[in-house]
Amino acid sequence: MSTATASKTSTSSVERPKRPFNWGSLRTYISAVIILIWCMAPFYWMLVTAFRDVGYTFDTTPFFTHVTWDNFATVFDESLGNHFGRNLLNSLIVGAVTTVVALLVGVFAAYALARLNFRFKFVVLGFILGASMFPGVALVTPLFQLFTNIGWFGTYQALIIPNISFVLPLTVYTLTSFFREMPWELEEAARIDGCTQGQAFRKVILPLAAPATFTTAILAFIASWNEFLIASQLSNDSTKTVTVAIAYFAGAQPHQEPYTAVMAAGTVVTIPLVVLVLIFQRKIVAGLTAGAVK
Amino acid sequence: MSTELQKPDATAATGHTMPSRESADRKQLTQGRWAYTLLAPSLILLAIVIIYPVLNAIIMSFQKDSGLDPATGFFSEGGPAGFENYTHWLLQQCTAPGGGSLACPPGTLGAQFWDSMGTTFFFTVVTVAFETVLGFWMAVIMARAFRGRSLIRAAVLVPWAIPTAVTAKLWFFIFAFEGIANKLFGTQILWTGSEWPAKWAIIIADVWKTTPFMALLILAGLQLIPDEVYEAAKVDGASTWQRFRLITLPLVKPALMVAILFRVLDALRMYDLPAIMTQGANGTTTLSILVVQQIRQGFNTAAALSTITFLVIFLVAFIFVRFLGANAVDAATSSGKAK
Repeated sequence: MSTATASKTSTSSVERPKRPFNWGSLRTYISAVIILIWCMAPFYWMLVTAFRDVGYTFDTTPFFTHVTWDNFATVFDESLGNHFGRNLLNSLIVGAVTTVVALLVGVFAAYALARLNFRFKFVVLGFILGASMFPGVALVTPLFQLFTNIGWFGTYQALIIPNISFVLPLTVYTLTSFFREMPWELEEAARIDGCTQGQAFRKVILPLAAPATFTTAILAFIASWNEFLIASQLSNDSTKTVTVAIAYFAGAQPHQEPYTAVMAAGTVVTIPLVVLVLIFQRKIVAGLTAGAVK
Repeated sequence: MSTELQKPDATAATGHTMPSRESADRKQLTQGRWAYTLLAPSLILLAIVIIYPVLNAIIMSFQKDSGLDPATGFFSEGGPAGFENYTHWLLQQCTAPGGGSLACPPGTLGAQFWDSMGTTFFFTVVTVAFETVLGFWMAVIMARAFRGRSLIRAAVLVPWAIPTAVTAKLWFFIFAFEGIANKLFGTQILWTGSEWPAKWAIIIADVWKTTPFMALLILAGLQLIPDEVYEAAKVDGASTWQRFRLITLPLVKPALMVAILFRVLDALRMYDLPAIMTQGANGTTTLSILVVQQIRQGFNTAAALSTITFLVIFLVAFIFVRFLGANAVDAATSSGKAK
């Protein structure tokens, strides 16, 4: 595309040669490296610390030195009063149930918002977007009292219900923008080719919608998995989630932060997410930005 | 809101439905019922999990907290409070022993309201300003074609994917007295133990965690600008700065405003980072933290504060949408394929 314009302006300058030393691209690369370091360095430091012997907690060697698995053993060691395995399971249960409920319910709403014309569509969309921005503290106070009164304090539903308040709106508007981009004409084409409505749905729409739904599920699960405020207030020892557990992780010595163990716990919680995100990078970026710009 | 430039297919889609306005109306009527049937489960569920608690909080906020009445010294069952809980926060009036009210003594939660309001807005303005500038820069870099671009785009997702609670602990470790930050800069700052360093530690952690989200939203906006526009401007002799100011900025503005709106609303409810890094000490108590601290001392007073917080956030969102043109709903609905 640059050649077309270059020919017009190339009165004095040569047309962009094949491989010149390009200062502009060098600047781009330097910037890219800065971004890479800025984003990855703290994460890298967490990994280094997680695998480092406790005695060398504050060692600043920037490589993996004094490597040990001990910290991970400490994380899952129940003698210190931590129940990290249990916490992981709790987060998994809360995240999975929230995601499934939000998707089962939200998929219909997203279909209506993406495909149908109806009055007050803007109001409904505005309400759903507003709901996703709703401050968690405004729910915690009344729910704290309500759940205490009906004996739900420290149950799974006491965490799942408030989580739905922000995961469902997220699910609906992400799915809505995905559904809008889908080639729905194919459904009609399949009908014309002799498919029944059910077949058209099963053989054409479902395979098309599956990746979008899957991406949305990942986003919903991450949102729930990362939740801290509600879980820190409405869970007890048996339903405590990983984010709360990490925030209040108990070390061997009182008043001494068990940094290496906490970094190991952080690694355990983060690695699955990072792997998931890197595998589905493209889709996730599309899903993240879908509601906002498309 | 969407410019013709950005959405070439938007006009095509409307052109599509134009021919018979009447049949479109009928279509809308028949689709309406079906649409609300499909929407009903979501709307009912949201009403249960959001509207019910909010109404509940508003009712609670007009009730007295049960507990020892400082006026009489006896246990009081509560009862209607009028606007007492609101004046408690807004005017910082506490019940005086022997009746009446007086200014809340320093150190009590009531006396911290305006401070924490200030802290919340300070965090919001500073973090969003940094995130916008840094995010814009990252987006511009990521929009360029260079080898390894996908690596950068993947790397940017890492801070976003890490739970905020883990981010808080990670930066707490980095900013520990013997931690890497002090060693790297040769300083001896008690980062989370004194006021301004604590604020900056939280700001840095927040900027690190959320700039990627900002960058990706802005990047998506940048990619909607057709290359031809830049080429045309180049032909016309526009400098790099002119191209940025006259093309990039106005065309990316809708996406940028929505990104800023999202981030501002998110920053106003900031809780995780200060709660874990400083427990709200050293002038880092945000409104959310104050609410949570108050819950243990009295639900109804906390409900008044959470209602105030909600109204503040609502007001900011309203100002954004009404006066600054950040129309998220418009952006979300103006997609080309909407029929």
